[in-house]
Amino acid sequence: MSTRLTKQGRLIDRSKKISFTFNGTTMQGYAGDTLASALLANDQMMMGRSFKYHRPRGVVASGAEEPNALVGLGQGNRFEPNQRATTTELFNGLTSVSQNHWPNLDFDIGAVNTALARFLPAGFYYKTFIHPKPFWKHIYEPFIRQSAGLGKAPDKDSRDADTYEHFYAFTDVLVIGGGVAGLQAARAAAQSGAKVMLIEQSAHWGGRAPVDGGTVDGQPVDKFVEQLVSELETMKNVTLRNRCMGAGVYDHGYALGYERLTDHNPGMQGPRHRLWRIRAKQIVTATGAIERPLSFAGNDVPGVMLASAMRDYLVNWGVVPGERVIIATNNDDAYRSAILLKQAGVDVLRVVDARATAGPLAEEARQLGIRVDPGKAIAKVKGGKRVKSVQLCNQDGIGGAREEVEADAVAMSGGWSPVVHLWSHCGGKLIWDEAQAHFRPDPTRPPLGADGEGFVIAAGSANGPLALGDILADADAAGKAAAKAAGHKPKRAKAPVGEASSEAPMEPVWLMPANADIQLRGKAWLDFQNDVKVSDVQLAAREGYESVEHTKRYTTLGMATDQGKLSNINGLAILANALDAEIPQVGTTTFRPPYTPISMGAIGGEARGEVFQPIRQTPMHDWHDKHGADWEPVGHWRRTYAYVRPGESVHDAVNREVKNTRDNLGLLDASTLGKLIVKGPDAGRFLDMMYTNMMSTLKVGKCRYGLMCSENGFLIDDGVVARIDEDTWLCHTTTGGAERTHGHMEEWLQTEWWDWKVYVANVTEQYAQVAVVGPNARKVLEKLGGMDVSKEALPFMEWRDGKIGDFDCRAYRISFSGELSYEIAVPASQGQAFWDALLEAGQEFGVMPYGTECLHILRAEKGFIMIGDETDGTVIPQDLGLHWALSKKKEDYLGKRAHDRSHMTDPDRWKLVGLETVDGSVLPDGAYAVGEGVNANGQRNMIGRVTSTYYSANLGRGIAMGLIKHGPDRMGEIVEFPGTDDKIYKAKIVDPIFYDKDGEKQNV
Amino acid sequence: MSEPISALNHASYDGIASVKECGLQGMITLRGDLSDKLLDKAVKDATGQKAPGQREALVKGDTGVCWMSSDELLVLVPYAEVGAKLLAMTAALSGTHALAVNVSDARAVFSVSGSHARDVMGKLAPVDFSPQAFQPGQIRRTRLAQVAGAFWMDDADTFRVVCFRSAADYVFKLLKTAAQPGSEVGAYNR
Amino acid sequence: MLILRCPCCGVDAEETELAAGGEAHLKRFGPGSSDDDFHDYLFMRENPKGVHFERWRHANGCGKWFHVARCTRTLEVFGTYSAQTTEPPQEIKDAITAKRPGWTWREFS
Repeated sequence: MSTRLTKQGRLIDRSKKISFTFNGTTMQGYAGDTLASALLANDQMMMGRSFKYHRPRGVVASGAEEPNALVGLGQGNRFEPNQRATTTELFNGLTSVSQNHWPNLDFDIGAVNTALARFLPAGFYYKTFIHPKPFWKHIYEPFIRQSAGLGKAPDKDSRDADTYEHFYAFTDVLVIGGGVAGLQAARAAAQSGAKVMLIEQSAHWGGRAPVDGGTVDGQPVDKFVEQLVSELETMKNVTLRNRCMGAGVYDHGYALGYERLTDHNPGMQGPRHRLWRIRAKQIVTATGAIERPLSFAGNDVPGVMLASAMRDYLVNWGVVPGERVIIATNNDDAYRSAILLKQAGVDVLRVVDARATAGPLAEEARQLGIRVDPGKAIAKVKGGKRVKSVQLCNQDGIGGAREEVEADAVAMSGGWSPVVHLWSHCGGKLIWDEAQAHFRPDPTRPPLGADGEGFVIAAGSANGPLALGDILADADAAGKAAAKAAGHKPKRAKAPVGEASSEAPMEPVWLMPANADIQLRGKAWLDFQNDVKVSDVQLAAREGYESVEHTKRYTTLGMATDQGKLSNINGLAILANALDAEIPQVGTTTFRPPYTPISMGAIGGEARGEVFQPIRQTPMHDWHDKHGADWEPVGHWRRTYAYVRPGESVHDAVNREVKNTRDNLGLLDASTLGKLIVKGPDAGRFLDMMYTNMMSTLKVGKCRYGLMCSENGFLIDDGVVARIDEDTWLCHTTTGGAERTHGHMEEWLQTEWWDWKVYVANVTEQYAQVAVVGPNARKVLEKLGGMDVSKEALPFMEWRDGKIGDFDCRAYRISFSGELSYEIAVPASQGQAFWDALLEAGQEFGVMPYGTECLHILRAEKGFIMIGDETDGTVIPQDLGLHWALSKKKEDYLGKRAHDRSHMTDPDRWKLVGLETVDGSVLPDGAYAVGEGVNANGQRNMIGRVTSTYYSANLGRGIAMGLIKHGPDRMGEIVEFPGTDDKIYKAKIVDPIFYDKDGEKQNV
Repeated sequence: MSEPISALNHASYDGIASVKECGLQGMITLRGDLSDKLLDKAVKDATGQKAPGQREALVKGDTGVCWMSSDELLVLVPYAEVGAKLLAMTAALSGTHALAVNVSDARAVFSVSGSHARDVMGKLAPVDFSPQAFQPGQIRRTRLAQVAGAFWMDDADTFRVVCFRSAADYVFKLLKTAAQPGSEVGAYNR
Repeated sequence: MLILRCPCCGVDAEETELAAGGEAHLKRFGPGSSDDDFHDYLFMRENPKGVHFERWRHANGCGKWFHVARCTRTLEVFGTYSAQTTEPPQEIKDAITAKRPGWTWREFS
């Protein structure tokens, strides 16, 4: 059984007991425990089931690389699946559940898959779920969906109860990883005066060193770490952050740090996670190394662990995973685990060393009475939910002549792989190190920064060296190099001298025993989380998969949430062997950020709830909100769709507003319309280029409706332009178009006609603008008093500055409704007061505010186009019958040349017409008109489409506009529009002006 | 004339920093040749300050001038005086190619103050807020989360933040979120 | 995520402050131009693996457009310069030559 020793455990505080639950059972741990160490202390070795075969799985590692011990954490609004028990700090009240089993962890129906394993080889899904085709939708897809996913998604009604944030940080040197290498690199860099940020994913500094032992400058390494941390803490130019993982490295020195602020203590105030968006001149990746498992049959039985993990649990948390342990290795480091376990009183039955000779650590083990078997291997581990016995054999063979030893835990070590992920994220290349049998960063091919020079330096075991002395020397050099590259002068301080037991060379062992037979290979796991075995990779190779990237996808090797941290190198070594190729030729798969999964909350940062996205508000926004506004998003603006009164439907409200505006008086908040001031000696000439019409000839005091085209000839915006004085114009844009059109003007001024004397300013939000519309519009303004708004003093398409009531304003006599209409601009800070004054004065004239839907209907009744409805980026003014707005006098304007292109002059272009349904109903929005015949796909030929369609309360019927092939020549014809409701709508082609064709209502 | 009302009417919030909407601030966008002596004089007459150099903010309280780009300044004057100042400026520049326009009502202004003000700002803008990189006398135009914004510092612990009026509600809520209790970063004040 | 120095305001702006504006130094063809010239002006863009000239706007910043010379393969930035020019200045061309001897791009080299 796994148990807690009465002594040991450098990270736990035995005076602080912590209570938590696992699958509903209450358990005890200590402050400083991880969930994994606490579960082991409670003899809970089995922590989950694997994805494909539902095999019982126990914890195999002690850190971020853990593939098996994934649990669902928390409850309700704080439930989160797939959390690694090894990196979850224990706190009081923690609740955890294991995953991927039904009905429970011990008894799982899905485990039948393991019996079917030989029928579920690599590529099973690809091969099986193909034929017959109709089975896909009703049988295969539901089946696959059912079995997809490891953890359970949070309940659909739950909402993340926590907050998150981003933080932008800037530093000369970012050091990722707070082990001895990272600490020393940070110190070496900081001593130059460079600004240094050091981040460490765990809650502790020093990494593996305090567990692995050794001395630095003559003192124990843990003391060295302590001193180094205190020294760094006093340095003003150093920022230290633990619980902050280097998640990714990106172009131009950009890196993400994932800081977990409250996960270890959910009662704390403040955000749960903080995503550090870091810009560093240089990045040092001191990310350490990860031990590789050995591939032998049954290496996934709970109780089989990495040798280093077993050592960690003992030294850090005082937990031993078994009473009778067998250790399998191909290197000397595993002997450290053997020695420590033995010293802690564990029965270390055997060290099976695949090599013929081992170093001084082996001798030390022998001295302690541990039996060391050179040239031996594990043939098979037996046991279901727990190791029961181990069959041993010769490494050099197929696994015959086995000796069976009863044991309850196995430690394995296949050598160490540098954590090269962060080095590789942004293009750093790797080289194969024959001696250590691992890939390590190639210092001559680092990721390149904005200046074309490398900006990442790997340090310590992340760079290849595995001995303490080499690690410190390498890290010191890396820190100095980073400081220098960041523009600082490193001090000539000597690197600290580290010493640890010397080690004999490791020997690569990719399969145990070397020529294991198929029975053994079919139970030798490479990827624990995704259930990929040695035999699966070999099958893929036999079936022709040569690229490691293809094999990865075919077998799913390394595609689980751990991204194959334990499995990748072993897997590609097996592939190389099967292909009879060298490992470096096979290469690695691509390392992609994040290093381990980070929360969606952290990625979103502050952008949730009320600040999910900006909502732009006019000065009268709150009034609208209080008066029944049904909101419509227009860009980031919120505009009132309709003001819904109690007892009304939205549709009722729209119809009421439509009728009232035509019969009495309507008010529209038009503040969102863009307003650009264009001024300068060349402003007229410039606007003549921007608009298709002539703007330079506009008289001061007058307004003109203008169209804007892109250089491609397509309509991009429209609006009324007013000439303010000799060299100043005010251009109205569409609601969504103010910033875009401003940018469009600046682009041409800055990049094409930079010698033209024109300045543009966006004054959209300086004004609250109210459209006063309807037969009583003049009456209400006259009642308020002030400027003369008579037909004579302020004719149609003119503007005047003056006062209305007490308000300084600019009044435009323009109309988008066909009614008598004024648009009145007042300073935004007085918008609400002006709105109130109009409402009050308008009482006797039947005033009602109206929303955007009413605006749309009124303009559609008049056949006025709307950018975004009648246009979609492929429509030219000629399509909309707007030839009158295309100046023939001007030599040039944006879009003019394009209008001469053959496709633009094609008589078959769809053209704007009005559409009246035969039965008065409303045409479906966006419906296509169909003509004779079918196209190559057997679909009916299309001859047009609906661009705007409404119910007109004024006309008591549906009205629509659309673009129809040869439309203007087909007046009176009936066209068919198949709806998505299987109904065929029939509509007559008519003039697009449905209401007051002669414009008598606006000219009063 | 009715009493003018700023976008959020002096809303405020206290968290790890103090966030306040400052009320109405007179602002004039001035575009022109920044090396022109006439322009320099017009700015001096309006604010008492010389035309600022690249990214300079020469501001005392509600009066001053900020560099917005190579041909644009933001002139700050008391709200009540903006009309008169604009007229004077327009008159002074009448002979040159320049554009002066009142944008007081198109903006909202916030102050973010306290020893963690830099932390709060550092959550929203991709800008180095260390005292070595940003201090009183400078202006930075950038984004605040998802909207455009600009800021300068009144003193070592106080930012003045300007955004579009329509985004005032969003920016206030952003600053509130970034200033929530317990969210000190401690990146600048160790 | 790129960082480009805006030559107008001097800020080292990260990509979230910037808006990409496509290829630099386009020559405009207007009314009277041939169909081919106009077509090429509208649609034909360089897409090199290596030295490239682009327009960017400091959109969330000073609002100014500027030019960038950079390498699309390594993302190395050779320099940024004013938008008010029809060709890269000599010092930019020299900076590129120092790093990419023999480079050519459209009519420039």
